Amino acid sequence: MSDALRDQLVLLPTYLAAHLQLSLLALLLGTAVSVPAGIWASRRPRAGRVALGAASVLQTIPSLALLAIMVPALAALGRATQASLGVTVPSIGFLPALIGLTLYSVLPILQNTVTGLAGVDPAVVEAARAVGMTDRQRLRRVELPLALPVIVAGVRTATVWVVGLATLSTPVGAPSLGNYIFSGLQTRNLAAVLVGCVAAAALALVLDALVHALERGVRARRRGLVAVAALALAALTVHAAATLAAGAFSHARRPVAIGAKTFTEQYVLSAILAGRVAATGAPARVVPSLGSTVAFDALRDGALDCYVDYSGTIWATIMRRSDVPSDRGAVLAEVTRFLRERADITVVAALGFENAYALVMREDRARAAGVRRISDLVARAPELTIVSDYEFFSRPEWRALGAAYGLRFAAERSMDPSLMYQAVAAGDVDVASAFSTDGRIAAFDLRVLDDDRGAIPPYDAVVLASARLVREEPRVVAALASLERAIDADTMRRMNAAVDHDGRSPEDVAREFLAHVDAGSRPRVR
Amino acid sequence: MIELEQLTKRYGGTIVVDRLSLQVARGELLVLLGGSGSGKTTTLKMINRLVEPSAGRVLIDGEDVMTVPPATLRRRIGYAFQQVGLFPHMSVGENVGITPALLGWDAARIAARVAALLDLVELDPATFRDRRPAELSGGQQQRVGVARALAAEPAVLLLDEPFGALDPLTRDRLQQSLTAIRSKVGVTIVFVTHDMVEALLLGDRIAVLREGRLVQLGTPAELLRRPADAYVAELMETPLRQRRVVDALTESPQD
Repeated sequence: MSDALRDQLVLLPTYLAAHLQLSLLALLLGTAVSVPAGIWASRRPRAGRVALGAASVLQTIPSLALLAIMVPALAALGRATQASLGVTVPSIGFLPALIGLTLYSVLPILQNTVTGLAGVDPAVVEAARAVGMTDRQRLRRVELPLALPVIVAGVRTATVWVVGLATLSTPVGAPSLGNYIFSGLQTRNLAAVLVGCVAAAALALVLDALVHALERGVRARRRGLVAVAALALAALTVHAAATLAAGAFSHARRPVAIGAKTFTEQYVLSAILAGRVAATGAPARVVPSLGSTVAFDALRDGALDCYVDYSGTIWATIMRRSDVPSDRGAVLAEVTRFLRERADITVVAALGFENAYALVMREDRARAAGVRRISDLVARAPELTIVSDYEFFSRPEWRALGAAYGLRFAAERSMDPSLMYQAVAAGDVDVASAFSTDGRIAAFDLRVLDDDRGAIPPYDAVVLASARLVREEPRVVAALASLERAIDADTMRRMNAAVDHDGRSPEDVAREFLAHVDAGSRPRVR
Repeated sequence: MIELEQLTKRYGGTIVVDRLSLQVARGELLVLLGGSGSGKTTTLKMINRLVEPSAGRVLIDGEDVMTVPPATLRRRIGYAFQQVGLFPHMSVGENVGITPALLGWDAARIAARVAALLDLVELDPATFRDRRPAELSGGQQQRVGVARALAAEPAVLLLDEPFGALDPLTRDRLQQSLTAIRSKVGVTIVFVTHDMVEALLLGDRIAVLREGRLVQLGTPAELLRRPADAYVAELMETPLRQRRVVDALTESPQD
């Protein structure tokens, strides 16, 4: 077994347990809601059509979006309950994932319950009435048992869907086998992606087989089979629920929740923050692969305690400022004041480097075309294709670039950032919107074009801390503050390359960095 | 025993049963005879409230069936029909014992009753009790259906073409069985059929229905001798003509 694979398998029990918890509870809830709803719907055909229609519409919402929508929805709910009842609702992590997955499981179960009940022989229904069964007895003794195979088929469909979709819980902050897939794609770790996919598929097959065995046992009245399957499912459920309850009711010190967005630098930085937090003796927990605004919302709402964001990002997307000042210090000061006053968030440290949006080209092509600055690109852009991550083209920085340079490309494409650099390096596209500290710029021999008209705002990396952390964990805040000016752009770029290019784990790179800092030496990363 | 008073069923503007009045005496077997659309099945189902009347009343022992909760009422009235509707996920024994189980009889009493009923419909309890309905022939299923209808010792039995879909020999066997059952169990029976011969063989009296109305009510002999109208006369003519054909065949010299 290769080291890379062994490293990944160490994480398997944790991710698998979390994935199982989510999937099983979502399926139990989904079944508990959908079977009664299906019974109700089959008794009232018109209302039933409406219910089935609503479930179908839910199903058409892309699954990632459905899960992501839960975050702001729960945050809004949390603000309402906080104001009226003094109770907060967690807006990231287990809850939004659970609700999203439960909603997704509704359609197949609801649909099959209605179909199954409609498929019961009318003569049998008439006989059930004629022998003197009440409506309830007829349902329980005749209709449900006869519809059971169809209903169970729906549950099995839902099982396979939910276990697969649970991998999408990672971006809303719930650990799952998706952590393997998201971080693996981001850090070009194929072993991780593979482990995640295989484990999710295996889990889906096992759960499907258990549900199937349960149904076969019930139908054939084989007590042994029913007992084994039910016991296995019950054990998994109890384990999942117990872990959950332990988390919810424990009076142990709440771990410091550290967020990371979905790119390599964020994984490395979150591991560095975690190391700093752990050094104070406080428990730390990294919530990786969060969507960009999910992380900010979660910090504001207290679901996260700290993470690294960038002054330009706050400036443009949170403060919604469209002017682009070139003074790094001024932007940082204004962002700091805004966050403190408007969101009760503290800027604990500026790490000392910028990770700005930058336009990059393949070195040889840039040289051949004589492009060094963005303004050199203007004349050539109409023949070139530009590629970016999912958000860049809708961000103010892109509009600012357009306004400052009048850039107009032949085509604009969006793709996953992990694939973007490869696309430029392979020559499939000409220009990419890169991140200036990305290790892949050097790894793929790309040229960063100079922003000669200063259209892109400064992007100082800053450690943000929640109100709770500042209030309750002053030692942790002090430890994080010690990272002030501790990482320069060159160090960050090398750490990113160590992950992206050399295939080292973010945790390993973070450990090495912290060891150097603690030894008082200037951090050197190979 | 059973009294129908001005019993009427309308579906929208269509009248299916039109102000039907008749009485069935205790222990009698009354046949409701008519073609399709005559309202005979609807009339039958209004007796145990599988169909709710639009107007008129059904009295059983003087009690209006509308005053009894449907499930309670149906546990007192046996019902068997052409499609049988055995519960496919239950054994033969469980099917027969269902109404006693709903009434809360204890297990031993139900088991004894199931065995007695399977004997009555001429199915060996040891062989058939634990089988599934799918393992039975059509005739065996019909017998189980009749046994199920009789299980809770009902005073009234409603039969809707219970032998309808069977081959002539099986049908004949079952008709004889029913006559034997009647001699052992003093039950009042309303029997729906469109089959003239079956009506003549089984009925103490026959009520001829046409388009939801009662055309004639009388014993088989009365119907044969004094048909009330051309329709009844034509109905009665069918078995007589069949008999003449059969007689002619048996009397003709054989080679």
